[in-house]
Amino acid sequence: MSTGPLPIVSIEKLFKTYTGKVPIEAVKGIDLNVATGELFGLLGPNGAGKSTTISVCTTRSLPTSGKVQVAGIDVIAHPAEARRYMGVVPQYNTLDRQCTIWENIYFHCRYFGFGRSEASKRTSELLEMFKLSERGKSFVRELSGGLAQRVQIARAIAHNPRILFLDEPSAGLDPQSRLALWDNIRTLRQQGITILLTTHYMQEADELCDRVAIIDHGKILVCDTPEELKRGVGAQKVFELHLHQVDGPALAERLRQLPNVASVEGFAEGLRVFTTGGDGILPRIVEITGDNLRDISVNETTLETVFIRLTGRDLRE
Amino acid sequence: MNSSALRWRAFWGMLLRDLSVLRREFIAFLIRTVMNPLMFVFVFTYLFPKMGQGFQSAGGVGFGTVILPGLIAVGIFFQGIMATALPLSVEIGATREIHDRVMSPLPVEIVAIEKIVFSAIQSVLAALVIFPLVYFIPATQVQVHVANWLTLVVVVLLASLVSGAVGLTIGVSVKPQQIGLIFGIIVVPVTFLGCVYYPWARLDKVPWLQILVLLNPLVYMSEGLRTALTPSLPHMPVWASVLALAVSLVLLTSIGMKGFLARILS
Repeated sequence: MSTGPLPIVSIEKLFKTYTGKVPIEAVKGIDLNVATGELFGLLGPNGAGKSTTISVCTTRSLPTSGKVQVAGIDVIAHPAEARRYMGVVPQYNTLDRQCTIWENIYFHCRYFGFGRSEASKRTSELLEMFKLSERGKSFVRELSGGLAQRVQIARAIAHNPRILFLDEPSAGLDPQSRLALWDNIRTLRQQGITILLTTHYMQEADELCDRVAIIDHGKILVCDTPEELKRGVGAQKVFELHLHQVDGPALAERLRQLPNVASVEGFAEGLRVFTTGGDGILPRIVEITGDNLRDISVNETTLETVFIRLTGRDLRE
Repeated sequence: MNSSALRWRAFWGMLLRDLSVLRREFIAFLIRTVMNPLMFVFVFTYLFPKMGQGFQSAGGVGFGTVILPGLIAVGIFFQGIMATALPLSVEIGATREIHDRVMSPLPVEIVAIEKIVFSAIQSVLAALVIFPLVYFIPATQVQVHVANWLTLVVVVLLASLVSGAVGLTIGVSVKPQQIGLIFGIIVVPVTFLGCVYYPWARLDKVPWLQILVLLNPLVYMSEGLRTALTPSLPHMPVWASVLALAVSLVLLTSIGMKGFLARILS
């Protein structure tokens, strides 16, 4: 599955079951390689197993079975050693509340063995790079969600890790902060740092990632570039027909007969018609469905379409 | 940099972080450390004798002498709760800000050890701050005599580390919303039954309690300090309190460390 040179993350036959009164099989056999320099996305709905996979990679969770290597180091056998080479931004704000922004980064550098002046220099450099210099003396509680996220990223890369793990980086951010975050991620990418991110926003995966693995119920369904995944759907436009009555296969069959229709699939409220383009198909669809049509939406093929195609469900929460 | 050099640096970095937070909050540290012993010695060893209600211990030793080691022991013990258990419970359970230290290139067990060491540093500071209060305020003379400095140093260090280990164990076991309960369930009974206000030997009048309190590590802190500071009063043999403190340290550290790992790793 890997492209390019050495994989920086290599996951083999990963299984993770959380024990408890009701055991939860969060990951059910994942194999994955992320190549050096890649910006890789794990895309899937909440509860798909993305965060568990990241937790195992970042030494916060022990797998039930399987093997995970980061930068060539077995993270289960040598977690402390493996952490030298990874930067981690978890889903929640874990900034040190009792320290200033400057201290958050400074002490992080000290935890990774930097001397005093080296750590100061690196801290000032990062604050400048992330446009946080004026915030150095602020405390964490004074920051908005977007700014806190930026500090977390600055802190995570302070020790020059080989790979940065971002777990749901844009969850809970307002649209403006999300765009700023994407800019930051692209900049890091240009600087050559490998990034593995998880997201349930298909647009995020589409815009940012070189390769995407779509994950559901603890398994990887497909893994490829966003372009290839979309091409694989074999359709350019998707018409979503919301119907008054979702009747038998007859209507679907009639729609399938139309020119340029690649496939027709049912969902709870009606039918999805996947087309390969061609003008004039909309009036024909409307004509065939007649009074039964309650509403219609037209979408270009996206990773969301890919997900729907694979699972019959949509990604939204 | 090789791994072991890096680990020492990481450990030192964490101590620096904790010291810098302590420096910023030093006034709060002083207030929480000083208020309890200050009020206690003021009321019981200054006001009461003035009102003619002074406690007299057997052999005519003033109450000030009885409680000086005890109050220092409580001060040491209290830091484990205040400086370690409370913040740790929040850092693990509520804000999860322990994450950055757990993600450092230091084994997670050593992060727990750092918590104990830093707690012990605060306990030693607390002992130094409390001593002059409990020595100078009482109306009757306090009879302090340090016969063996080594005993004093060993007892203070062991007591401080045990307090840190108690703090770690409580901090990883208690949810932030249950913090208030710690005072009712742990701090109050441990303090009142910790041979703070009376020497252990005097409990011979209530033999079942004399045996039961041996489970309380604060007893050995108080008695150890009594040996070191006020040997004119009855006290346990020094080997007994030092041995019991050492055993408590090993036990509590291993329980606290296991709990810490369980909370950090899923």
